[in-house]
Amino acid sequence: MAQHEVTFPITDEREILKLRAGDEVTVQGHVIGIRDRTQIRIFDQGVEPPMDLRGAFLLHTAPGVRKLEDGRYEKVCIGTTTSARMVRFTEPLGAKYGVRAICGKGGFPDDAIEPMRKLGMIYFAIVGGAAALETTQIEEIEEVAWEELMPECLWKFRVKDFGPLTVGIDAHGNSLYHDVQSAAQEKLKEIYARL
Amino acid sequence: MSVVETDLQHVVEDAAAHLYVWALKDIPQDLRDALAEAQKRETSVPGQRVLSTIMKNVGIADDEKNLVCQDTGIAVYTCRVGEHFPLHPTRIYEALKHGTERATVEHPLRSNAVHTITRENTGPNTGYRLPIVHWEFIPDWDGLDVKCVPKGSGSENMSFLKMCVPADGVKGIKQFVLESIVGAGGKPCPPGIVGVGIGGSADYAMYLAKEAIARPVGTRNSDPIVAQLEDELYGLLNETGIGPMGLGGDVTVLQCHIEHADTHMTLNPVAVNYQCWAARRASAHISADGDTDFDREF
Repeated sequence: MAQHEVTFPITDEREILKLRAGDEVTVQGHVIGIRDRTQIRIFDQGVEPPMDLRGAFLLHTAPGVRKLEDGRYEKVCIGTTTSARMVRFTEPLGAKYGVRAICGKGGFPDDAIEPMRKLGMIYFAIVGGAAALETTQIEEIEEVAWEELMPECLWKFRVKDFGPLTVGIDAHGNSLYHDVQSAAQEKLKEIYARL
Repeated sequence: MSVVETDLQHVVEDAAAHLYVWALKDIPQDLRDALAEAQKRETSVPGQRVLSTIMKNVGIADDEKNLVCQDTGIAVYTCRVGEHFPLHPTRIYEALKHGTERATVEHPLRSNAVHTITRENTGPNTGYRLPIVHWEFIPDWDGLDVKCVPKGSGSENMSFLKMCVPADGVKGIKQFVLESIVGAGGKPCPPGIVGVGIGGSADYAMYLAKEAIARPVGTRNSDPIVAQLEDELYGLLNETGIGPMGLGGDVTVLQCHIEHADTHMTLNPVAVNYQCWAARRASAHISADGDTDFDREF
């Protein structure tokens, strides 16, 4: 289980392919915040996102923020939400917009494995609930689009030493979640037999 | 209302406003101890990474006076009202609602409350039937205990109910709890507290499961038969290998708490309510003359 540092948005696909399920990653550069309603607007309502998502790292979040007098937003508490609700957007995010990494908590079900393999994408697991730490790693809220969806807007954050993240699903067809779930189902059979 | 009642309503409102923010920022000592113990036991690499990040996060929340988790949840209160407490529960509810609103606006906290169909925001973490209050009435007493449990959605979404039949027995209860927690995987932010409600009716079993997650970590049911089941399930759940944040490991749950009620001879309901590792709760005792003691836990 290697350790890596990756800067987003990425321009070289090899940056993604070198990462393997279980590896530890720290992220630099820019992170795009996105959530249920943001993706429903893009894909179900067909509204083009007003930000370039090529090579991007998306974070499943609805941040706690404070609006300043000049219209900008200041962070209060920024953490990560459960990813599984949004798994159906994985393929179009990669195929249509060139997204390379999706980060959230709790993992994606197996539906995400094949699109991620085919399109060269990664799922990063963050520690859910660790928002106090995550907030310190977000240097600035640089852009906000679709403010009417507050807090489920499209956010652009500049980050420093974002992590530690764990590669949950890699671009080679491996998923820690799949492996853990398979082993647990086997274990359950054994436990049930002695109840 | 008399002057006394008005003042007491303000005291309860102030307490609620304080409890909501306090719970979100400063997790209880019994939970800190359980997390530290989990970190000692965990042997998997991703599991260790998760638990050390959790401990670091708790420290940062303390140092920076920030929230432990961004999900300010829905505010759930438990009230134990003495029969001689001089403020009617109608007014206690009003005070809890105003306190929740004030905390949300003044801090400010993220407001999560929406209409369940339109999904439009309904107010500063309040709305129709929000916050949620569990009531208990205590004879021969004039005090009020209030506990605030901000309940995050990641763990609340991992709630499960099964109407087992009597022939399923205790084995059916155990299997349902195990399959629920394995099925939930990393989604409810493990390792947390598994609350189980058994007996009563369908709705009451889930109510009891929520009571169970709000107990101090590692406390045991006063009925020895139920306490034994708590011990057994706690051990079995940690054999599943789901691990911290579902990435695999030794520590899947910090505890398993069970609350029970007697039931119908043909019923055997089992409800599971999960509480994430950030198992936030804070309590206060308010006396009949309006003194508030924030150190009191129940």
